[in-house]
Amino acid sequence: MTLDFSTLLPYTDELVMGLLVTVMITVAATLLGIAAACALVWFKLNGATPLRVMIQTYIELLRNTPFIVQLFFIFFGLPALGVTLAAWQAALIAMTLNLAAYSTEILRAGVEAIPRGQFEAARVLGLSRRQTWRHVVLVPAMRNIYPALTNQCIIVMLGSAVISQISVNDLTWVANFIASRNFRNFEAYLVVTLIYLALAVGMRQLFRLAGWYWLGGRQGRAL
Amino acid sequence: MSLVRVDALHKSFGNNEVLKGIDLSIEAGEVVSIIGRSGSGKSTLLRCLNQLESHDSGVIEINGRTLDATTMTPARLSEEVGMVFQNFNLFPHKTVGENVMLAPMVVRGERERDAARRARKELERVGLAEKFDAWPEQLSGGQQQRVAIARALALSPRVLLCDEITSALDPELVGDVLRVLEQLASEGMTLILVTHEMGFARDVGNRVVFMHQGRIHEQGDAKTLLSEPQTPELQQFISAVL
Repeated sequence: MTLDFSTLLPYTDELVMGLLVTVMITVAATLLGIAAACALVWFKLNGATPLRVMIQTYIELLRNTPFIVQLFFIFFGLPALGVTLAAWQAALIAMTLNLAAYSTEILRAGVEAIPRGQFEAARVLGLSRRQTWRHVVLVPAMRNIYPALTNQCIIVMLGSAVISQISVNDLTWVANFIASRNFRNFEAYLVVTLIYLALAVGMRQLFRLAGWYWLGGRQGRAL
Repeated sequence: MSLVRVDALHKSFGNNEVLKGIDLSIEAGEVVSIIGRSGSGKSTLLRCLNQLESHDSGVIEINGRTLDATTMTPARLSEEVGMVFQNFNLFPHKTVGENVMLAPMVVRGERERDAARRARKELERVGLAEKFDAWPEQLSGGQQQRVAIARALALSPRVLLCDEITSALDPELVGDVLRVLEQLASEGMTLILVTHEMGFARDVGNRVVFMHQGRIHEQGDAKTLLSEPQTPELQQFISAVL
């Protein structure tokens, strides 16, 4: 068998578009998912019991079912209830919900690792629970679990390959498209594999940089 | 009128009754040392005074206002009562200056410039003005504890509660912290300390309260009480710690 990567050249535009779709949907899902997780942890630890039960149910539901089934349910299942979404919308929702569920549990561990004395100090200084959360809890909690959170976001990025199954034109969809056109499966999937690898490595560096900036680089801490 | 008034205070953890009816009055400017064995209820009493523990029955009044979770928010209470802990509890992700500025800015809504000026003043008071931009982890235990004192003082509380604040320190660092307390006492600050520093209680304190099995067993003028304890329990305690 002879390898000929020049067979991919006519598809450069498609590859770049696929890369952009994967990157954009990952960035959006990561930002939304982490923001949602921060809110969900707050309500899980401070909310009324029915709310806590609802949040826990959501988490268990998302953590104990396959991502592709969640995706299919949102894209193919919800129209039965009158909710029709574009493929990219369904993909973004599925990825956000999935990441939020895992991140909530990760973040909860980070909050629970904070010594009780920190909460007591905040309280005797007059901070409300919300102020304590914002100024005293959030950064150290993030710091506690930052590597785990980074991994989870990368897992979601890699898992996004699945959204090609509902015809989102992401990187994997482009690989399938190229291979079905020129039958150069090896070249197409190898190149896309390497792009995913580069994305994962780049994402890890980006998280490291963001962590350095927001979570303690000022302190010269390694994260 | 007393600054702090405690009347028939009861507190239980499950079946364990820790405070069995405490009556105590403290005047403004007094330095009161609460001593007693571990488990005698002294820390619980202190923690009830700022509602870190809620009491089961009895009355606590600070500056004429009854402490009650429904009427006293943490923000309101922090105007009356400050607290320093055994383990400092500085916020590790904030600089020394930010630690002191946090509550004035967040709780009182002070502008950053005013809060910073006040923080520098309080840090100077505890001898750490040059540590404004340092991180807590770069400081010794004694320095961290003095920052914690400055942080409490920045809210101008009427009374400062100190819960064994020298117990986690290396012996050579205890003196620095006690000197700060002594200076506060001389400036007229009301101090209530749970402490094992008998020398400090005798020399700086006005009054010593000896707790035993959830009750105030004996109390009185610091020098008299420690040199001439009346009850066998206090005699035994003093001979054990000295």
